Amino acid sequence: MSQQTTLYDAPGPRARRVTIISSIVVGLLVLVGVYFFVYKPLDARGEFDMDVWAPLIDPSDDDFSALWTRIGDGFKATLIAAVLAVVASLIVGTLLSIARIWLKSASHRKWVGFPAPVAILLRVIMVALDAISRIFVEVFRGLPVVITVVFVWLGLPSLGVELGDLIWYLVLGLVLYNSVVIAEILRSGMEGLPVGQREAAEAVGLSSAQTIRMILLPQAFRIMLPALISQLVVVLKDTSLGFIIGYEEILRITTQVVQILDNQIQMYVVVGTIYILINYGLSKLAGYVQRRLARGSKTRNLPVDAEPPAAIGAGVGGGLA
Amino acid sequence: MGAVIDNFDVFAGGFWLTLQLCILAAIGALVIGAVIAVFRISPVPPLRAIGTGYVTVFRNVPLTIVFFFSAFALPALGSNANFLRIPGLEQIFTRLSIDLPYFRFAIIALSLYTGAFVCEALRAGINAVPTGQAEAARAIGLTFGQNLRFVVLPQAWKAAIVPLGSVIIAMIKNSALAGFFGVVGDLSNSGYALITVRGEPTIPVMIGISIGFLIMTVPLGILLDRIEKRRAVAR
Amino acid sequence: MRTTRIAAAIGALALALTVTACGGDDSEGGSSGNASFAAGSTMEKLNKAQKIRVGTKFDQPGFGLKGLSGKPEGFDVEIAKLVAKALDIPEDKIEYQETPSTVREQVLQQDKVDIVVATYTINDKRKAVIDFAGPYYIAGQSILVKADDASITGPDSFKDGTKKVCSVTNSTPATNIEKYLGDKTKQLVLFDIYQKCVDALKGGQVDAVTTDNVILAGFVATNEGAFKLAGQTFTEEPYGIGLKKGDAAFKTFINDTLEKAFQDGAYKKAWDDTAGKNDTSELKIPTIDRS
Repeated sequence: MSQQTTLYDAPGPRARRVTIISSIVVGLLVLVGVYFFVYKPLDARGEFDMDVWAPLIDPSDDDFSALWTRIGDGFKATLIAAVLAVVASLIVGTLLSIARIWLKSASHRKWVGFPAPVAILLRVIMVALDAISRIFVEVFRGLPVVITVVFVWLGLPSLGVELGDLIWYLVLGLVLYNSVVIAEILRSGMEGLPVGQREAAEAVGLSSAQTIRMILLPQAFRIMLPALISQLVVVLKDTSLGFIIGYEEILRITTQVVQILDNQIQMYVVVGTIYILINYGLSKLAGYVQRRLARGSKTRNLPVDAEPPAAIGAGVGGGLA
Repeated sequence: MGAVIDNFDVFAGGFWLTLQLCILAAIGALVIGAVIAVFRISPVPPLRAIGTGYVTVFRNVPLTIVFFFSAFALPALGSNANFLRIPGLEQIFTRLSIDLPYFRFAIIALSLYTGAFVCEALRAGINAVPTGQAEAARAIGLTFGQNLRFVVLPQAWKAAIVPLGSVIIAMIKNSALAGFFGVVGDLSNSGYALITVRGEPTIPVMIGISIGFLIMTVPLGILLDRIEKRRAVAR
Repeated sequence: MRTTRIAAAIGALALALTVTACGGDDSEGGSSGNASFAAGSTMEKLNKAQKIRVGTKFDQPGFGLKGLSGKPEGFDVEIAKLVAKALDIPEDKIEYQETPSTVREQVLQQDKVDIVVATYTINDKRKAVIDFAGPYYIAGQSILVKADDASITGPDSFKDGTKKVCSVTNSTPATNIEKYLGDKTKQLVLFDIYQKCVDALKGGQVDAVTTDNVILAGFVATNEGAFKLAGQTFTEEPYGIGLKKGDAAFKTFINDTLEKAFQDGAYKKAWDDTAGKNDTSELKIPTIDRS
């Protein structure tokens, strides 16, 4: 914020007058534009009529309670899928980040003290595993989530693998992408830590696995917590892809409902608004956690970006929707 | 992999259409994002409010819903997005000029949605410019517009290029949704149709679609990593 | 809206008086009503379990659409209820599973459902991997246009490459109409549900919507004179009940159940309560294919 105000001088009386006038002009222009280009055509089509809005806003309407029950069910399904996907992505992502960090050092290790053939074999295996994990990350980071979800849904059964309910296909599809993103968030968090942390750990005799588990990971989690919360927003939006495979989250239920009530635009306005409220709340939470961390004594000296990290890198990479 | 080789034309055509969509939407998103970013830091409060509102809405709503509104609310407003039939562009991007408006609607949806993220990337870039730069510019009497144009933005672009790249990669992936909103023949949906309508085996076709997307996203990602590393060393 | 539906229902009731009776001979194997089935048969197994898993669509108005109550409703659902009744399974013990077009064969082969009733057109390609009982309805693809549009008279009207048509992704009607199009990229639009096609037709983005006539009839009825059907149906789509391949006894049982329902009026009632509400044409009772 302070940066922005440095772009122009504090307004004097004249500048303030200009600002007020131009504010009013802009405000009026927007209002007039909305009236002529949005309100009038929509009104002409009857989009503001009570018979399309009543089931959504009038509690005395016959369909009101049934409709809101279904909307509630839909958001419940959305949240359940999102939470499952986030928890699973966190677990898988953490393991993956550990594997990546560990493999990176292991692939350079010379395996001194092992007989030569074993040492060479181990070296080759580690290099290969390192390459595989890198390819895995590149591939799933580069694929649209729609594709991974559909791939899992159509592909696994054709290989004879059954996951049961539809939700698991959606969750697995989301996890494939998000675990990779979370792994990268954590990895960059660990690599961004001061080198002294790792060196000190090694000096007191911790193995590299212990160093990761006891020293690096806890700090990376703490720094990256806001980014991880932002990732939840991404996942929540991505569950909307469930509609493609028929998982009954909120958008899927919306497509069913509009075929009965014939009020597409109204339904999507309401559903979109609820989405915005939930996600806006989560973003605020991420910002709050960020500020808490910046103030906390234990983390004060750690590098914390001014913006939640997810706002730039992975979070936006965050995929679909 | 026979299914991919036999239907190579389907994949190639789909790839080309998706690429066209991505190029046009990327241009749109950069323009919208830059305008909104200027709004957000401008001295006029209503413009700032518009900028903030825009970013809040488009960052928090699923792209699916944005696609829905551009494909169904725009026609309700009486627009077929004919303003996108830009002479000159039509020759290269042939889909732009056809009567069916859904390709244009998809460009609008992707541009509007991605624009919010472009704005945030640019803002992060502007924040990265040392305060002294803007202050010095003001001290020598530059106005807000001059300050942005000659001092802040040229430096902000540099800091923003990596995040912007990530945004564009995300957008390329997001374009896979277009096929579900009336754009016929894009990469994901024409491949999907091979499985469901023609009964081609699932796995090879899905791999074919994946390769198409990876061709677009992975090189861009590697390029960004390079730029980022070089930047880190330079610092 | 609501008043039109009531009017349509009254129209359908009037139609109910003109029943056309055809169909087969008396069904000797029709053991419905009592609970004794041949030992080891699928019927006995389902009857003992007091549960039947039915695959249907959840987004097809008139046939299988999840209502505001959260339960699927439509003609396909009613047919499934008839089968359940013949097996002495109460309606609330039917487990509905959504089976979009893409997965219908798959769920049968993998034994995830016992029957599929989901606007499932009988054809040879599908017969190679599963069995069909029925048909229980013969639909045909048709074209929906604006009421004042005289320029489209049938699928051939699309050949000159200017008229635009909308259908649903990955559906048989979409594949069928492709043959008639001059330039697919300029003429074809696909969405996930027909409602969106109808919106596009209303807005003028497309000139026509194509799918099976009964579905289109529903839109004609609910839009109060805005639309009409252009020309005759140009395909024949016999809807069958999908079964796991090789279960001849179960197939015969369902065929018998259908024939009985054709005769005792249960079939007609199922139709009139659901998809028939919007269809002004006479309900033709199909002939069961026992081959």
